[in-house]
Amino acid sequence: MTGKQPFEAVVTEHGATVARVCRAVLGPADADDAWSETFLAAMRAYPGLPADANVEAWLVTIAHRKAIDVTRAAARRAIPVAQTPDGTPAPAADSTGGRLDSDLAGAVARLPAKQRQAVAYHYLAGLPYRDVAAIVGGSAAAARRAAADGIATLRRHWNENERSVR
Amino acid sequence: MNTDELTRALTRAFPGAPGDMDRLRARLAAAAQRDGILDVAYRTVDSPVGPLLLAATEAGLVRVAYASEGHDAVLQALADRISPRVLNAPARLDAAARELGEYFAGRRRSFDLPLDWRLSAGFRRAVLGHLTEIGYGHTASYAAVARLAGNPTAIRAAASACAANPLPVVVPCHRVIYSDGRIGRYLGGPDAKRTLLTLEATA
Repeated sequence: MTGKQPFEAVVTEHGATVARVCRAVLGPADADDAWSETFLAAMRAYPGLPADANVEAWLVTIAHRKAIDVTRAAARRAIPVAQTPDGTPAPAADSTGGRLDSDLAGAVARLPAKQRQAVAYHYLAGLPYRDVAAIVGGSAAAARRAAADGIATLRRHWNENERSVR
Repeated sequence: MNTDELTRALTRAFPGAPGDMDRLRARLAAAAQRDGILDVAYRTVDSPVGPLLLAATEAGLVRVAYASEGHDAVLQALADRISPRVLNAPARLDAAARELGEYFAGRRRSFDLPLDWRLSAGFRRAVLGHLTEIGYGHTASYAAVARLAGNPTAIRAAASACAANPLPVVVPCHRVIYSDGRIGRYLGGPDAKRTLLTLEATA
């Protein structure tokens, strides 16, 4: 009988997506910690996960909780760097992407937390709004609105940037 | 710009680059080992008989697999029979990889590794347990092995046990051949068996 796939395959299939989500929600400084905590917790619980579970939604749910833990731990450390006053993460460093992409990361970081989460879970992880709502709380309609508001802000930001670059 | 373009831009803005993933995976493997939840660690090594998959539990080496067995299928079987908490985590296999490297270089005649026998039971387990008594460079017949395992008439069962050895090379089922000189079945195929016997005859 073939049961659950080896956990290694779960990391291969979903590792990059969870990394993107952690970066979008937390910013680059804390994303690695959140990724590691997420997959460690997931591996611990994996044998008990129902065989028909949606693994990606399960991982993003864990990542969401770990991101909250990491943010709280960072707040307790209270080192006032890389953290803007309203608790949003600092923008991603410009590494592989161009200036526009890096600016976009900054714009994501400046979104209100609910919008940032809704954008990350729906647009980066590809979860339906029903699943996004189950993770962040509230209704699917509210999750859809939060994502739409976030995307509208990002689009505005992108268009302005594109104009200024030209 | 439309939403698809924006989604693609978002994906670029938050990379999940392969280099990053290697680093994160190594960190996960170390943390899982530390926390005692790395039920099965594995890695592959190159060898004169093709890439070998090595897998170990906390108790010891549990599986050596030839490419012809299908490494993905072997990993799935380990997930089914032992635990799905399986990770590519080379550190636990460092000693096994080193000793196999020495063996294939002709510099090692026996293995000094903790073995986890949980994938074999009963008479098969008894047969495999006696194989290390056949010294490096020697061969024995299936009949002799059946006798060693305490059931001289169970020659076919002894042959089956050798053919299903979960720890080939390390547990030397390749040293068991038919008394008329035919080479017999082997998980890695007859060529691999011949390669090992030739290596041991000439090293």
